[in-house]
Amino acid sequence: MKGPSLLRTVRLGVSSLLLHKLRSLLTMLGVLFGVFAVIAMLAIGEGGRVEAIERIRGLGTLNVLARSVKPPEVFATGQQAVRVVSYGLTEADLARVSATFPGVRCVVPVREIFEEVRHGDRAMNPRVLATQPIYIDVTGRNVVEGRFLAEEDERNVANVCVLDYDVARYLFPFESPLGQEVKIGGDYFSVVGTVLPRVRQESDPGKAGAGTAEIFIPLETGRKWYGNVQVKIRAGSREMEEVELHELVVAVDRQENVMFVADSVREMLVRNHPNGDYEVRVPLELIREVEAQARLWSFVLAAIAVISLVVGGIGITNVMLATVTERTREIGIRRALGAKRNQIVVQFLVETVTLCIVGGLVGVAAGLLSPWVLEQVLHKRAIVTLNSPFLAFSISVVIGVVAGLYPAWRAANMDPVEALRHE
Amino acid sequence: MTRTDDPTPPPVAELERVTRTYRMGTNEVRALDELSFAFGRGEYWAVMGSSGSGKSTLLNLLGCLDRPSSGHYRIEGVDVSTLDDDQLSEIRSQKLGFVFQSYNLIAQLNVLENILVPLFYQDDPPPGAEQRARGLAERVGLGNRLDHRPMELSGGQQQRVAIARALVNHPTLILADEATGNLDSQTAQEILALLDELHAEGRTILIVTHEPDVGARAQHVLRLKDGRIETVVRDQNPAPTRRALEVR
Repeated sequence: MKGPSLLRTVRLGVSSLLLHKLRSLLTMLGVLFGVFAVIAMLAIGEGGRVEAIERIRGLGTLNVLARSVKPPEVFATGQQAVRVVSYGLTEADLARVSATFPGVRCVVPVREIFEEVRHGDRAMNPRVLATQPIYIDVTGRNVVEGRFLAEEDERNVANVCVLDYDVARYLFPFESPLGQEVKIGGDYFSVVGTVLPRVRQESDPGKAGAGTAEIFIPLETGRKWYGNVQVKIRAGSREMEEVELHELVVAVDRQENVMFVADSVREMLVRNHPNGDYEVRVPLELIREVEAQARLWSFVLAAIAVISLVVGGIGITNVMLATVTERTREIGIRRALGAKRNQIVVQFLVETVTLCIVGGLVGVAAGLLSPWVLEQVLHKRAIVTLNSPFLAFSISVVIGVVAGLYPAWRAANMDPVEALRHE
Repeated sequence: MTRTDDPTPPPVAELERVTRTYRMGTNEVRALDELSFAFGRGEYWAVMGSSGSGKSTLLNLLGCLDRPSSGHYRIEGVDVSTLDDDQLSEIRSQKLGFVFQSYNLIAQLNVLENILVPLFYQDDPPPGAEQRARGLAERVGLGNRLDHRPMELSGGQQQRVAIARALVNHPTLILADEATGNLDSQTAQEILALLDELHAEGRTILIVTHEPDVGARAQHVLRLKDGRIETVVRDQNPAPTRRALEVR
């Protein structure tokens, strides 16, 4: 079929569609929702992925985190009234990691102090972390006000602390915390700075809802005032724990070395901690896991959406079959007057493809608006990737062709004599 | 196939031992039985016969809507029996004009568009197609109804549109199937007068009918019975129209 005759056929198809406006509209809705769903679902998947990755990035993609974990099989040492549980990473581990592994830029030890933090009549339970000044560099946190911990704090064993923004806002709702004092357990610390909070993660320790609020104090100060043995009060029973270091942040020099260092750290810890009182987390690994998971999720969501698009296509086939039957006589007339089979096929295909193109375009427009709606209604982050509208639209056109092919074929293969006799 | 010594004009449509059988359950029905006949250029034939005589089957074959089970059918020397579906469509759009009993206009198209439908399916529509369609509408007396839909026209007017449509592609053979069957006698006379006019212009016309007075107006009559030729009456009217034309 040549250009001008194709153009005439397209015009004919469109005018047939306009003849039954409501029917065309309803048929189109199936495709419209399908395309919308594909784009929206992919956007939700992408939003989830980006959100998860941002959270993990907060841990530092160049870091390997080793953390003390209370082993389940460790119970009381002896039958004393007061039990002391001793586990976790040690100074020896710290020394081994910093001394032996190539590719390690530095190792930052972190101790966690389980004390309440107060200012005036306001109290909260953030994580109190005793660490070194370099911590802020390896985790990529940003100072909001004042400064982070410094070397001289360490040397002087100074009673200074840095609040994260959440803590600062809660304890000092109306004033700058700089130069003020907070009470951690039984000791007073003066605030020298505030930092941005970390994006919360599901795997974060601590009570749900407690947030990830953090306070930083110098490592030496923590050791001096709170010692290695800490009392934890849990569900009415008192328990004493002895942990040298709660966390080691191993900063790696280059991304290619992260997995190697992670494996080395794991191997070293396995040898020295047969009871498994530690866990190693690698943000880079987590990102990869999340990405794999997100891919799977996107695939599942998109598959569901594509199914709805296919259902829309089936609806089109159904309507077109009815239309073909209804227009049997017209088909007979056209055939008698010289229409070839493929010209009849094109006439009906043009109708379904037009429905799908228009439905698809409106669906794409709705899909592009979906992130905004999702954020307003569900407060979910959704991101439309560049290729998803094209993907959804081309699927809808393909479905239009496939859906229209059988009815069009039926129309073209009618016996003209029979069709002319049809009432 | 030129026979200079033959007084009859060269055939437009020629049937040679054409048989068409239908299968009805286990029975085989011979709608046409070894029929041989030739319709000459410029002739006006009425095909008559009772129902079941094979009139409709003959019309479908002549109209290239159907193919013979055996035998040969030639239009202007082209053997149609061996053509495929697309080639048959091509012949229909190039050489044939149809006028049906129930007009068979396309409801969603207006008068002008309906007249243009046969040209719609030609790969190279002739230039000035629309001009020609307007002229034909004028000629059948519907020049002022070009944008009316078939529903807005009377039966006679619809049939006039159908005749204009049958003429738009300069057909070599015009096939009319009970063209006056749905019309009152007054309107039928008008349509028949139009056919007479076309005949006078030298067109080849074949009308299938069972009404004697319609048959009586044609130049020649072919009567069928049980798929065979019963009688052939040539020049039942001593071509008054042709003479009238000469006088003018």
